[in-house]
Formats: sequence, C-alpha cells, structure tokens
Amino acid sequence: MIRGVKGSLLAAVSLALVGCAANGKETASAGDKPAEKPVKFNKDPYPSTYKGYPTRLTVVKGVTIFDGEGGRIDNGSIVMTSGKVDRIGGPDMELPTDADVIDGTGKYLTPGVIDIHSHLGDYPSPSVDAHSDGNEATSPTTPEVWSEHSVWPQDPGFSRALANGGVTSLQILPGSANLMGGRSITLKNVPSRTVQGMKFPGAPYGLKMACGENPKRVYGGKGRMPSTRMGNFAVNRATWQKAAAYKKKMDDGKAVDRDLAMETLAGVLSGEILVHNHCYRADEMALVIDMSKEFGYKVSTFHHAVESYKIADLLAKEGICSAMWADWWGFKMEAYDSVNENIPLVYKAGACTIVHSDDANQIQRLNQEAAKARAAGRRIGIDVSDEQAWTWLSYNPAKALGIADKTGSLKPGKMADVVLWNGNPFSAYTRPEKVWIDGALMFDANDPKRRPVSDFELGQPGEGDVK
Amino acid sequence: MIRALLLSAAAIVAAPAAAQDIAITNAKLVIGDGSAPIEGGTVVVRGGKVVAAGAGVAVPAGVERVDAQGRYVTPGIVAAFSRVGLTEVDAVTGTNDRSAPRTRFSAGLDIAPALNPMGSPVAVNRASGVTRAIVAPSGSSNLFAGQGAVVDLADDMDMVTKPRALQYVAFGEDGSAKAGGSRAALFLLFREQLLAARSYARNPATLAEWGNDAMIQRADADALVRVIDGSTPLFVRVDRAVDIVNVIKLKGEFPALKLVLVGATEGWLVARDIAAAKVPVLVSPLTDLPSSFEQLGATQSNAGRLKAAGVDVSVGVFDDDDAHKMGYATQYAGNLVGLARVPGASGMTWDQAFASISSVPARAVGMEGSIGSLRPGRAGDVVIWDNDPLELGSRPTMLWIDGKAQSLTTRQDRLRDRYLTPQEGALPKAYDR
Repeated sequence: MIRGVKGSLLAAVSLALVGCAANGKETASAGDKPAEKPVKFNKDPYPSTYKGYPTRLTVVKGVTIFDGEGGRIDNGSIVMTSGKVDRIGGPDMELPTDADVIDGTGKYLTPGVIDIHSHLGDYPSPSVDAHSDGNEATSPTTPEVWSEHSVWPQDPGFSRALANGGVTSLQILPGSANLMGGRSITLKNVPSRTVQGMKFPGAPYGLKMACGENPKRVYGGKGRMPSTRMGNFAVNRATWQKAAAYKKKMDDGKAVDRDLAMETLAGVLSGEILVHNHCYRADEMALVIDMSKEFGYKVSTFHHAVESYKIADLLAKEGICSAMWADWWGFKMEAYDSVNENIPLVYKAGACTIVHSDDANQIQRLNQEAAKARAAGRRIGIDVSDEQAWTWLSYNPAKALGIADKTGSLKPGKMADVVLWNGNPFSAYTRPEKVWIDGALMFDANDPKRRPVSDFELGQPGEGDVK
Repeated sequence: MIRALLLSAAAIVAAPAAAQDIAITNAKLVIGDGSAPIEGGTVVVRGGKVVAAGAGVAVPAGVERVDAQGRYVTPGIVAAFSRVGLTEVDAVTGTNDRSAPRTRFSAGLDIAPALNPMGSPVAVNRASGVTRAIVAPSGSSNLFAGQGAVVDLADDMDMVTKPRALQYVAFGEDGSAKAGGSRAALFLLFREQLLAARSYARNPATLAEWGNDAMIQRADADALVRVIDGSTPLFVRVDRAVDIVNVIKLKGEFPALKLVLVGATEGWLVARDIAAAKVPVLVSPLTDLPSSFEQLGATQSNAGRLKAAGVDVSVGVFDDDDAHKMGYATQYAGNLVGLARVPGASGMTWDQAFASISSVPARAVGMEGSIGSLRPGRAGDVVIWDNDPLELGSRPTMLWIDGKAQSLTTRQDRLRDRYLTPQEGALPKAYDR
C-alpha cells in the first residue's frame, strides 16, 4: 500500500510543476495523462536538494552482518558502490579487487538506525526559548504547519545522533501540544546549510497527531476546547469532517480556495500523507482506530505507545506500527502502565515494532534501548535474536515512514546507509566505528576529520571534541 | 513455563522479609571499592552487616548458604543523586513532593516526611539493583532547596538511612533566575544568607530584630548553620567551568563548607581546580549536548577526564527522570567502559565504573564506612545478578538490603503478567490476577 502511495505522490509532484498559476487562482493541470485527477497546488514547494556525498568502492569483510530484515551473516562481507549496497554475502562471496577494504573481524555491520520520532532541529541545543520551534501551541489543530520550516540544521544533536547512535535517517515531528500538530519531515542525517539539503528524497510527508493529556492540558489551560478527552475527539472529528468535505470538492473537480490545513488533511485522506499519532493508552488507541475508519484514513504508527502490549492483537490485525521506549514511565498519568516487556510483547503478537527516542540524548543510544527491551523479553521466554531485534531499529521504522524500498535494510540496490560497530551493538561497551550515508563515509571514530562540527559549536569550549 | 516462573515470584512477595544471616558463595564477587572482581568469592552477612567478603572466606556455622553459581555478586547500587520516594507520577502534583515552589521556607525544608516507601518507583528501582539513594529536593521559592537524605529502597515503612544528609542549592542559570536574574545577585544572596545564619548562630535574638526584613526563617538559619560548620554537606548544582571555580572559591570565605558538585558538565575544563580542592563530583556522564550556554563544553569524556585528574567521580542520572529510572546508573557506567575504547575519548575501567555507582557516591555523602561496598562493617546490601551488571538488560536475581531478602516483583510485572496474552478470556482482564 505504501508503495502505491508513494508512486502517486511522485506523479503528483511532477505534475505540480505546471499546475501553479501566478494569480493565486489555481488552474487544473492538463498534463499529458487525462486520467489523472487535476492537481491544484504544488505539493513539493520546498524540494529536497540532498544528493549523496562522494563515495568510494568499499568492502567490509569478515564482519557479522544484521541485514535489518531479520537476516544474519557471520563472517560476511558487504560491497558498497556509487552510494548503493551492491551485495552482501558470506565468506565465499567474490569481492572487487580495486575497493577500499575494511577488515571487520570481531565487529558488526548493520543498516543505519532510523529514528521515527525526533525533534532535533525543532527543539535544538541549546534549548533556549529563542530556539523553541516545535509546538505551534496557538490552536488545537494546526495541520497547516510544516516541521521542516522550523528545523535548524546547525543543531549539534544531529552529529551526536550520527557519531554515537549510528542514526542515518530520522523523522522530525512537530510537538504534541496539538491534536493535529502539523506535517513531519524525514531527513537524512547529514550536515547541511539548509533543511532542503537534508530532506530524504521522495519520502512521503507525515501528519503528527496527539491523543490524551497534552492537547487537553494545553488548551484546557487556556480556557478553551479541548479540555477533556471527549473534547479532543470532538475537535478531531469536526476537523476531519471539514477535511472530508474539502477533499470531496477537490475530487469532484470543483474550485476550492487554497487552505493549507485542509490540503494536509486531504493528503492524509487520499493516503499520500502518513499519520503518526502520539498516543499512550490502549483504550485511546482503540478509539483512534475507530475514528480513522469513520473518516477513511489509516494510522501508520502510534508513538509513545506504552500500552500497546494491552492491545497488541488489535494492532497486529489493523497493521499499525507501535513506536516505543524501552522503559520510560511514570512521568505522567498516561505513562503509568508502562512495562519493560512492552516492545517484546508487541513483537510476539506479530505487530510492527519500533524503538523510538523523542529525545536528543536517547537518540544516541537506540541500539541500547533495543537491547534492554530484548533482555526483558528473554526473561519471560520471548526469545528475540539480535538480527530480529534490529528490525525494530531500521526496517520497521523505514516501513512506517514509507521509505523501506530505499533504505532500512542491506539489500542490493538500496541506499548504502550502513554502520560498522566496534562490537556487538546490543552491548553497552560498543560504539559506532564508521557510518556511511548513501555510501559516503560521514563518520569515522578513528579520523577526527570525519566528525562534523556545527556552526554553533565552532569556536566554543570543546569544539571538535570527541563528545 | 512463564506462568510458573511468575507464580514463584509472587510467592516471594507474600512472605515478609526477615533479617537473615547469609553467606553467598561461588560468586564473581565485586567489592565495589574499585578492586577487580574475585572469582569464587564469598560474602558473609550477619546481623544485617557484611562481616567478611573475599576469596577463601569460611562460612560460619548456622549461616544460610546461597550458591551464586559463578554469577556476579555486588554491593547494591547507590544512586548518586535522585528523587526516589519523593514522587509517584511527576505530572500529578499531589503525588509529587520533589519541590515546594510556594513555601516561604528554604534550607530548613527536610524531605524525610515526604518520602513514600510504598510508591512504585521504590520497587521498580530496587528491581534494577538500586539499594540506596542520595535523595535531594528539587527546589523551593528561595535559593536553597532544603535538606536531602540518604535512603534505602527496602520494602518497609522507614526509608531514611541518614536524614538531613545534605543541603541542596542550584547555582548557574537556575540559581541566578531565583536570585534576581544574574550570577552577581546569586553569589550575593548566597553569602548574605550564610552570613545571616552565622549572625543568628552567634546571637539568636538577631533574627527577631530583623523582623519582616529577615531573608531567612529560623528553621532555615538552623539548617544553614550546619552547612557553614561543615556538618551538612552542601550539594551544589553547577555546570559552567568558571561557575565551578567561583563556587570552590567560596571555601575561602566559609572554610568548613563540605562541597559536593552536582552536574559539573564543564568540570573537565577545570579538573585540576576541582581535584586540588578535593571536592567530589556527581555527574550525568552521557551528557554531551550544549543544552544551555553553561553546558557548551559538554562531553561524555567529562567523567573520565575528571577521574584521570584525581577527582572523586560518581555516576548518577541527573538529566533523566531521576525518580523513576535510577536503573540507568548501571547502563551509564557500562557506557563509560565502552567509551574507554573510543580513540580520543576518556572513560573508565570496569572496576572504576562500578565503584562510581557504589562506594564513590557513598563517600561523597560521607557514608563510605557504612554503605556502598562489601567491605566488612558495611550494610548487608547485596545483589546477585543474572549477568554482568554493567551490561544492558542485566537484572538482579536476588537482592538483600540490611541482610533482608527483598521482593523483586513490581506493579509493572503484574501488568505484564495480566497481558501476556492480550485477548480477554471468559471474563474480562480485571478478573485475571
């Protein structure tokens, strides 16, 4: 399904180039395919300018490989060329003779970690008020805001996530003050002068939604709706109703006034934009699932889903991913029923399982969070192998973000987003040694020149330190 | 199989813990003082205290034996800086006694009656191997936050190991904001309050003379007198390098001050000053982001560099959720071991890293002689682990506090058991317990 969605998005983008009229009144694009729906507005006005950095033909051999989709190769090798994974295999695989060869003996190789829930750039370091750009907390629904318009590419958090966490892609979400917080953006974790230079080419947009305590607290505190969970749903439903009417008008080929909020929601209803729903409690997730059916959209992923273990069967049946912490709990009422076995219990039920951070520190150790969750599972007899657990860190988040055809696992032809770890990455004693993004070596623990220093850090205490 | 395992855990809950004389044998024994683990070690606990630990220790007659089967046996973790017992759900104010933002008292506040040993964070942290914690209040409306305590995490009504074990004050940006908006105001307010307390100590009548202009209440003055004379250690939250230097300089004016630095994110930049002043430091070792302008020099090498300079460094969890996730102490210590393998970085050896979460924090609060290691005379806080305690996901299999076996079952375990299969049976889940 996701594949289909992306195809239609790309088609829409190319048509959009001719679809935007100067006088503000949008004209339908004729295009060259009369069967296509008329496209009213440019759907990609801030296009990605990211291109992979220079690569070299590279081989890592003699290494333990987790392929990201649950496969494992001992004493394996990988060949990376022109930014792609060329092939991976065992000790017998034929290797090019003109490559840079890295001996991976005793080390581990994985796809890069993908964090599906980050606010880097929107809530950057230093976290001073002047940088607080993650919550447009002025209206309970703001689907018209785009998180990419807040991202500060100089956030030092990006390089920490790269160097300590092996994070190669991440989704930047607006915050959870609002029921509909706005659009998310998926980034490649490369330093850049502009956010466009980080945008993951072709990744679908997401819509951040939030259940529960945050919206009712923020707006109830302002003396306005919603102040209760039922208020949350009422505002959501009224907004979806409006969006459905807007979309129908567009589908019927009628002229509509441009409405940035409705454009985003119509994109959700047509399946082009994926819903990422902050939602802790099992009962609320079940209600959201019903709401999504009422208005005809699908939740890609519940984030912070600390109670997924209570409805893991329902989530498996509905094909909805859960993005979870290993052991956060107790900071608010809806995080009270967290259990350390949440992640393995969701995995055991056959539902899509993701480890996420929502945190500028923990994004540096998502591998360790997965390790803790896996250990908790093993203690109750849910035996998850290393290579299976790695699906929580790369392939599953890639699927949930609609980019699994491009990254998230080490399959030939995919982006060479790769981490070489100096030991088993499920050990506290292990660190990334090298990280490639699109086959370009972007971090090397042994080479101080392969360590980005953001503009903000230049000339400051500790500049260029190992951190 | 799972169900049988869980039932046996439940049985332990039902039986109240009694003091035991125990000998844990066949251990990979970690004393906790920075020495290397001892293979085939034995630790003997009698009357709630460690009486012997090491290789070739004889088991006295009449002492219950526990065979550790070669597993790691360690002292319980001492959380270097936490709020355990002070809060149940952070965002539910009625359950949260960490801070008292609207009180007119400050240094005189004493957290002892706010501690709740029945709160679920106590059991959850105990199940991750924490047996003692240094607990500080978060703050009041005034500069001084009040008096913290050293606590145990045993399943009984008395958490307090040592009451009024520390006074807590935040310097840097937090303290400046409270003092009026500048570090100048902060240092002045700090001095004026201590000087007022000193005057009061010399002549209690002065407090009455100050009347409504008094900047401190009597109870606050009493507490600050104990800070001035060094009988209560002063825990100072401070991050910026020059702030650390200036805090240490306060000892010139108040020579008996027993300073302990909390945070010290830029401590490595002034490591020699800290070492020369013999001031212990409690750090959040993985803090590596310039979260504020007073933390620009943040690096995970901070702990290792301080240690290398001769500073007593304890590892704690300050910048995380410090009431609920003290179990992160072992993970953080493990990360310091890993950091030692990164070119250009500074970490710790395994032995040093374990000491930094056991005997070193005990020493910081002046209790090295009674908790934090398995040296004779210390409290019988002993943990048997299923694996290397600094590795991810390792858990205690048995745990004693003051020689009493403790339950490792938590409310979270009960929830987990209820939803091992999420489908409801003949009756709703509410009937399943």
